[in-house]
Amino acid sequence: MSCTSKSPWILHYDASSCNGCDIEVLACLTPIYDAERFGVINTGDPKQADIFLITGAVNDQNKEVVRQLYDQMPEPKVVVAVGICACSGGIFRDCYNILGGADKVIPVDVYVPGCAARPESIIDGIVKGVAVLEEKRAKMEGEKRCSRSRGSRS
Amino acid sequence: MSNWTLLLFAVIFVALAPVAGCILAGIDRKISARMQGRQGPPVMQPLYDVRKLLAKERRTSNRVQDFYVACYLFWIVVTGAMFFAGMDLLLIVFTLTLGETFLVLAAYCSGSPFAQVGAQREIYVAMAYEPMILIMAVAYYLFTGGEDGGSFAVRDIAGFGDMAILPMLGIFLGFLFILTMKLRKSPFDLSMSHHAHQDIVRGVATEFSGRTYAMMEVSHWYENIMLLGMVALFFQNGEWTGVVIGAVVAVLAYILEIWIDNGFARMKWQTALKSGWIVSLVLGMGNIIALLVIA
Ligand code: SF4
Repeated sequence: MSCTSKSPWILHYDASSCNGCDIEVLACLTPIYDAERFGVINTGDPKQADIFLITGAVNDQNKEVVRQLYDQMPEPKVVVAVGICACSGGIFRDCYNILGGADKVIPVDVYVPGCAARPESIIDGIVKGVAVLEEKRAKMEGEKRCSRSRGSRS
Repeated sequence: MSNWTLLLFAVIFVALAPVAGCILAGIDRKISARMQGRQGPPVMQPLYDVRKLLAKERRTSNRVQDFYVACYLFWIVVTGAMFFAGMDLLLIVFTLTLGETFLVLAAYCSGSPFAQVGAQREIYVAMAYEPMILIMAVAYYLFTGGEDGGSFAVRDIAGFGDMAILPMLGIFLGFLFILTMKLRKSPFDLSMSHHAHQDIVRGVATEFSGRTYAMMEVSHWYENIMLLGMVALFFQNGEWTGVVIGAVVAVLAYILEIWIDNGFARMKWQTALKSGWIVSLVLGMGNIIALLVIA
C-alpha cells in the first residue's frame, strides 16, 4: 500500500442535495465513525484534494462550478457520487433545472447508493475510491517512466 | 564549546529536525483527536501526507510561487541551523522574519483572493508577535551582563551558567503567548487554519498543491522544532541538567499549545494584534525594566 492510499483528502461539494447526504458525510468525521483514522481529511481546497465527494443532483446553475472544482484537482483524482441524487438525479431527476447525476458533467468512479447514504456505505465508497486512486497513481507513474525512457532514447 | 561541536549541532538539526517535527505533528494530531473523543490517525500520518503530496501531479498557478516557497523552506532551515550553532539571536530573529516574508510573498503572487486575505492576516499576526521576539533578544543581552560583557549569541546565553527562566519569567510567559501565533494554533490561526474548510479556505496555502504544499509542511516541521528550541533556551545552565529540563518544558509547552488549540475559537486579527502588543508591553517591557533595575 503506497502513501496515496494512506492519506486520501476529500473535497466535499453539495451540488443540489436536500442536505440529508451532507449530514451523513459530516457524520463520517464524528467520533463514532472517525474517518480520520484512515488519514482522511475533509479539506475545502480542490488543489489539495484527492477524492471529490459530490452529493445531490447537478443542476443548470452549478454544472460549471462542479466542472471547475474537478478541473482544479491535481491528478490522480477520483470522484465519488454519494446518495442516489448524485448517482442518477434521484427524487429530483424530473425537475425542470436538474441535469441528472454527477456523471452528466464529470466522470464518476464510485457510486454510493442510498437516500440518504449511510455513513458506513460512504466510508465504504471512500475505500473503494482509494483503490481506484491507487490504480490511477500507478498508471501515472508508469506513464512518467515511459515518457522518461522515450526521452532518453531520442 | 568548540566551533566544530556547534557546527555538528547545526548539521544534526538539519538532518533530524524533520524527523522530530514530523513525529511531533503526528502526536499533535493524535492528541487533538483524543481530546475530541476520536481515535485519530497514526502518528506517522504527516509523513504519509507529505509523501502523497510529492507523488501528485505538479501544478502551480505560477512558477514564482514555487520559488518563494522554496526560499521560505531554505531560510527556515538556515535560521534553525544558526540557532543550534549558537549564533547571534538578533540575526536569527531577522532571518526568521525573512523566511516568513517569503511565505507571504508566495501567497500574494497567486491570484486567489483567499490567499491574498491570508497573506494580509499573516502580516498582521507577524506584527503582533515580532515585538515580543525582539524584546526577548534584548532581555537575553541584559541578562548576560548588559553593557559590561552582555551577548546576543545563543552559545553565550546557553553557556552563561545561570538559568534565564527566573529573571526572565515575564519574557518566558510572553513568549509562550506568541508561540500560539508562531505555531498557527487557534485562537490565532487566522492566516491559515489547520483544516481548509473555514472562512478563507486554506488562507496563505490555498494555491499550494502537491510538491509546493509538501515543502511548506516540511518547513513547518523545521520551524516548530526551532521554536521549541527557543523555549528550551530559557532553561540552559551550561550543563546537561539544563538540556533535560529545557526539553521537558518544551514538550509540556507544546502540549499546552495543543490544549489551547482545541479549547479556543478563532479571534479576529484586531484582537490578535492588540493582545500581542499588550502582552509584549506589559510582560516584555516590564521584565526589561526589572532586569535594568536589578542590574
Ligand atoms: S439521496 Fe436522498 S438524502 Fe441524499 S441528497 Fe438525495 S434526497 Fe437528499
